[in-house]
Amino acid sequence: MTLHAWFALLTALVLSGWAVGALRRRTGRHEAGRRFFRHPTAGWGIGVLAFFVIVAVAAPLVTSFDPRDQIDIVHLKSQPPSWSNILGTDVYSRDLWSRVAFGARISLIVGALGMLVAVTLGTLVGAVAGYYRRWVDAVLMRGVDVGLALPRIFVLLMAVALFGRLPLAILVLVIGFTSWFGTSRLVRAEVLSVRERDFVAAARAVGAGPARVIFRHVLPNAAAPIIVSAALGIGNVLLLEAALSFLGIGVAPPAPSWGNMIADGAPYLASAPWTTLFPGLAIALVVMALNAVADALRDALDPRQEAM
Amino acid sequence: MTAWLVRRVAASVAIVFAVITLTFFLMAVAPGEELLGPDERQVDPQVRAELRRQFGLDEGLLVRYVKYLRQLAHGNLGVSFALHRPVADALAEAIPNTLLLAGAALFIDFLLGLALGVYQALRVHRLPDVVLGNVTLFLYSVPTFWLGLILLLVFGAWLRWFPVAGMSDPILCPNVSSLYCTMDRLWHLALPALTLGFVGAAGTARFQRAAMLEVAAQDYIRTARAKGASERRVVLRHQLRNALLSFITLFGLAFPFLLTGAVLIETIFAWPGMGRLATDAILRRDFPVVNAAVLLASTLVVGGSLLADVLLAAADPRLRVRETA
Amino acid sequence: MTEPLLRVRDLKTYFVTEQGRGTARAVDGVSFDLYPGETLGIVGESGCGKTVTSLSILRLIPEPPGHIRPGSLIEFEGRNLLALAPPDLRAIRGNQIAMVFQEPMTSLNPVFTVGDQIAEAAIIHQRLSRKAARARAIEMLTLVGLPDPAERVDHYPHQLSGGMRQRVMIAMALVCHPKVLIADEPTTALDVTIQAQILELLERLQAELGMAVLLITHDLGVVAGQADRVVVMYAGQVVETAPTTALFDGPLHPYTEGLMAAVPRIDAPKSRLQAIPGQVPAATAWPSGCRFHPRCPHAWTKCTIEEPPLLGDGDHTARCWLVQEPGRRKRQPETE
Repeated sequence: MTLHAWFALLTALVLSGWAVGALRRRTGRHEAGRRFFRHPTAGWGIGVLAFFVIVAVAAPLVTSFDPRDQIDIVHLKSQPPSWSNILGTDVYSRDLWSRVAFGARISLIVGALGMLVAVTLGTLVGAVAGYYRRWVDAVLMRGVDVGLALPRIFVLLMAVALFGRLPLAILVLVIGFTSWFGTSRLVRAEVLSVRERDFVAAARAVGAGPARVIFRHVLPNAAAPIIVSAALGIGNVLLLEAALSFLGIGVAPPAPSWGNMIADGAPYLASAPWTTLFPGLAIALVVMALNAVADALRDALDPRQEAM
Repeated sequence: MTAWLVRRVAASVAIVFAVITLTFFLMAVAPGEELLGPDERQVDPQVRAELRRQFGLDEGLLVRYVKYLRQLAHGNLGVSFALHRPVADALAEAIPNTLLLAGAALFIDFLLGLALGVYQALRVHRLPDVVLGNVTLFLYSVPTFWLGLILLLVFGAWLRWFPVAGMSDPILCPNVSSLYCTMDRLWHLALPALTLGFVGAAGTARFQRAAMLEVAAQDYIRTARAKGASERRVVLRHQLRNALLSFITLFGLAFPFLLTGAVLIETIFAWPGMGRLATDAILRRDFPVVNAAVLLASTLVVGGSLLADVLLAAADPRLRVRETA
Repeated sequence: MTEPLLRVRDLKTYFVTEQGRGTARAVDGVSFDLYPGETLGIVGESGCGKTVTSLSILRLIPEPPGHIRPGSLIEFEGRNLLALAPPDLRAIRGNQIAMVFQEPMTSLNPVFTVGDQIAEAAIIHQRLSRKAARARAIEMLTLVGLPDPAERVDHYPHQLSGGMRQRVMIAMALVCHPKVLIADEPTTALDVTIQAQILELLERLQAELGMAVLLITHDLGVVAGQADRVVVMYAGQVVETAPTTALFDGPLHPYTEGLMAAVPRIDAPKSRLQAIPGQVPAATAWPSGCRFHPRCPHAWTKCTIEEPPLLGDGDHTARCWLVQEPGRRKRQPETE
């Protein structure tokens, strides 16, 4: 790897560490912030996430090769990690670190957008069901039950079988549309309890319409499980995208995504294990970080939960 | 109590019915030609029309739907386009294998997960808890199929402790169920079941740890101590019993996880189960098989959640008896 | 004078708070005696340390974040409870010293029958068989006045009303005929009518079983009706000790006076309730000198500097400089 790529990488590491410190200082004044950082893994989680986000954003800077560039198909294919290719090369002699770095872009974006769709849908449905109750609630929740009954993978496989390989944008949408059911139940439960509180009655007494009451009064108080759900949701979508790409129906090669990198490397598992190891490790690290952050968030935002 | 049970079962049946209908119509209205695999060979239009008539694909949608429902009621799941045999037969071959895998994984999942979760709660915030907490965090966050590949590499290829594919030795054990063959099957079962089991156990351990800690903070635990109960009695009789209640809800959640995992694990370990059957069928657009697989998967999921609800109602006295003082 | 059954000397229970906001000195040097057969009432507002005191006796304080300071002494029949090995301590809990808690709903295990929970102490300490223990449970339920005991014994806590649950808690505590019963606000969570019944029950049982009762409450009325002697607590300390009649006839400590003045009386002409001005201070920052001085109408310079010890003679003592210098007592403006 070139010198300035090394330098950029080091900068990324330093920046991540600094980001954690800065966040810690800024939230130190708030009770919730202190509770958050009481978890030792929370700090690490934020650091890991920051690192991967920086790498994804600055991918061209921290790598020395183009991810689709087949460097030297004769001499450099399936090489173990070395000084010039710090994570090694794959069977097409592409630099693995570049692919991991650029793959971070796709995987993280798919994760974030998929989660966004899922959480938005879930929150809307849950809020409406919890607020209006009665038959609206019954109908919506039965729908959620049906949604929960279908294992996601099957639905997605079916979608691909029916409509052919999906473009990335559609894939994200479909993932989102199949992942919101759990969130809706959580939000509904919160809304059901919040709506009984006095300030909601007060808002309605002043003449606020349902939309206003839901968005300005109920939801901000039900925010905690939504936020935790979001953090966990990104992780779930990441894993799902990896599985789909592994099965060959997710992100299409040669564009790198961590999932299809594992698929590419699987046939050469014994001869070039690093091609499978590193992308999977990347997924594991990011999902671990997200889970750790979600745990700490759950604690920080809801003081009723003790001793986790 | 029975009224509740009846309502619950009826709801489950309704959900499964909704799933059947949904998948049928989705399949029927999708673009693309049935009967044509991914290679999209150019089939003579006349032959295609004949095949369509044969499989009843030229009739109206609602007619096909009613026919399908009637077939289902007779236990007929249709005939696979690609395999040219009744779907029910193909499934009947594949399901026991998946059940075996899922069952073994579930066993490992719950046994290990429960033990770990309880142990962690008893040593909370001390070194064993912290170490195990990070291990479970890792196992919980890895892609299951990637873990399968790594385990395959290490234990199958490098150490050669376990075989790398299939369900049993094809040469020595064709349908012979002697002791050797049972052992052989277990040997083949080990890696895939352990992979699924470990990931599941990590989730279960995290959940159970939290449940135990929540119970530990309750007043009635203090009451038990005030009565002079030993720590062992407090933990085993009072804490565990209450924490197990929330454990039962995990049971319902385990089924979707196992089914999803089965799809991927079966692919990696060449395990001839339902998951692999379904993925192959979907890529070949073999509708009857896909329909049947989705139906079966949903039934298992719904059934699992129903079972969990029933178990919970049986175990939690607050849900069981409805009279008040 | 007989020997006290329970001697508490200079009990200090501190709690570590998070983020270094200091140590909460919830119980800061409490001493009292409990004699056989008597009812000792411990009165005080919430936050004064009375519940922590009661939990400390049986060492039920969660170890982090709380701890009982060395130098504290809790003697039961001559043995220091704080120095006992765990098995010996367990032999006393539920057996010689038993406790009834404030919230019967959360203090009872929801997944076991009432009978199981009552029988548990008997099974632990007296090694009764399941059958014998169940019979004993029915006996106890009869003793505490629960209707249909043979049926109720198989009921779960959620099937019982609040008053019945508290009776069950009492039955649970008494099953091994303890010498001391610690009752922590046994009636606070109950309706007023049920309160009276429970207090009557406690009185009857005490007479029948001849045990000593440590009754912890914030309600002066309860103390007046039940207790032989009273200990008044404020800010983690004992501020007054006296036999009940003496206390009500002539309280020495301004805090006690304030408590009594704050209780509306049905037999006095209607007047404004006199609240004690100010608030209970935080346990992490007790005021200097006499801890009550910021809220005391009689306080003078000495009170802000020097903390008074328990002064007075015989059974009636108070932690107040006014005991030595009654002249400093300011005249209160007459209220209508």
